[in-house]
Amino acid sequence: MTSSSDVRPVSRTGAGLALRDAVLGHPDAPVLHGVDLDVAPGEILTLVGPSGCGKSTLLRTLAGLLPPLAGAATQDTRPLTGPCADRALVFQEDALLPWRTLRANVELPLAIQGLPRAERRAQAESWLARVGLAGQARQLPHRVSGGQRQRAQLARALAPAPRAVLMDEPFGALDAQTRAGMQDLLVEVLRGTGATVVFVTHDVDEALFLGDRVALLGSGALAALHQVPRPRDRTAHDDPARVALRREVLSSLGT
Amino acid sequence: MTRDPRGDGRFAPRGPRRAGRFAPRYPRRYGRFALRLGSLATALGVWQLLTGLDVDLWLRFSQFPTVADVAHAFAERLSGPDYWTDLTESLTRILTGFLLAAVLGVATGVLVARSRLAEDLLGPLVEVVRPIPAIALVPVAILLLPSDEQGIVFITFTAAFFPVLVSTRHAVRALTPVWEEAVRTMGAGRLRVLGSVVLPGALPGIFGGLSVGLGVSWICVISAEMISGQYGVGYRTWQDYTIVDYPGVFVGMVTIGVLGWITSTAVEVLGRRLTRWLPRTSYVPGARAPRRARGPLTAVPAASATEQEVPHDQLV
Repeated sequence: MTSSSDVRPVSRTGAGLALRDAVLGHPDAPVLHGVDLDVAPGEILTLVGPSGCGKSTLLRTLAGLLPPLAGAATQDTRPLTGPCADRALVFQEDALLPWRTLRANVELPLAIQGLPRAERRAQAESWLARVGLAGQARQLPHRVSGGQRQRAQLARALAPAPRAVLMDEPFGALDAQTRAGMQDLLVEVLRGTGATVVFVTHDVDEALFLGDRVALLGSGALAALHQVPRPRDRTAHDDPARVALRREVLSSLGT
Repeated sequence: MTRDPRGDGRFAPRGPRRAGRFAPRYPRRYGRFALRLGSLATALGVWQLLTGLDVDLWLRFSQFPTVADVAHAFAERLSGPDYWTDLTESLTRILTGFLLAAVLGVATGVLVARSRLAEDLLGPLVEVVRPIPAIALVPVAILLLPSDEQGIVFITFTAAFFPVLVSTRHAVRALTPVWEEAVRTMGAGRLRVLGSVVLPGALPGIFGGLSVGLGVSWICVISAEMISGQYGVGYRTWQDYTIVDYPGVFVGMVTIGVLGWITSTAVEVLGRRLTRWLPRTSYVPGARAPRRARGPLTAVPAASATEQEVPHDQLV
């Protein structure tokens, strides 16, 4: 039996994810072709693209929910065989189980990992406190706001110390102010986890703020991959390099 | 779903406080109770009046037993041993059949909804057998099962099985896929998905099927008892009819009515407890309160102010 210190996020390292010449989509409707992508351990990669370009498909493939139609999807060079607790998925919609309280939702992945009840309760409480939901732990999801539900999802995803977190427009349904707050919170809670993050968004500013690199999807393929100057730095907004990159990304999305 | 513009706090505590606004519901609750009692009492009063005066206006009440006759017969039955034997016999049959149907119906429904193989193997069979009224299976029961007792349970089981199966199948198919994907990416296996997502998520639909199934079960257990069987409320009612003991027939009917009411209330209460998480349910008391309260409120003019207040509050 592992003690609680063994499962703390700090002791884990991020997973390296990769797609090799992959065709992605549902068998009767492939949306992405020839995708070659390497996500380095511990990096934050943001994925932007117009709606319907296959962002979510790519993420679901990395999660193991959707096998690639051709080519390979790997984690640390081993091919993915299915969903796994190593790679947590955060959804845009309400993916919390509505019949469980926020705390019970956060406890669920810990229960699946086989943690004893007292320990998973303590860990869930501490994660909810970290995302600012200590007071709402015993509320049902529909009794709290959309922003709070996404915080709870974040806690649920990070509590079992995954090696990669795949996020599918997690803040897409939130208003601008809440969204900025959530981005800061995400940066803060990711610190020290070492987890690799693939973050899908349709918001270019969000992509440039969060990502070490930003990947552009368009016309059925991976269109471009850019290194982001000074990521996760709010003051870098006016940085000429950032402004130039923003213009480039926006113009390539516009076509 | 309502979202808090600030994204933080504020919204959560509203729930309890809101419920607090509707807290002084006791007078209303008693008022509603009185209303329900009054409705029953009026029906009994009309019955007594029509039969007591031997009214014969197209509908012939002259042969009809009066409420007093029935009450008298009821009191007599209650003190005899047969009544309680009949009661326990019927209850045992329906509970056995219904519980079997609940377990097997939910299991088969989940299986058919989740497995293509099970759907291909069981689907056509289910669709062919389902339209046959359970009571029409009496010959099958007689041929197949060694005793009448088992036959009655079999009929009761078949009656409840299909509503439970069909509503379970629908509920499982209608589950949001995101819930399952979320739990699978936590590393959950099939059993965990079944226990943590499929069954709890389908519960509201399953309970719909259980309610319907219980109703049909009562119809079939009584009918089956009338056809074959020894003891049981249906058997006794039919016996009373054959010896032209009409008050006895009515005692049987009242007994069936009360038992049916109690069992269906039990299922409904259990269902409401288990699906308390539904967003819908938590708003129902607030939404319905003003409409239902109207009866007692008109009787007490002083309370009309709150009646205007309540719908106003709901606009907010």
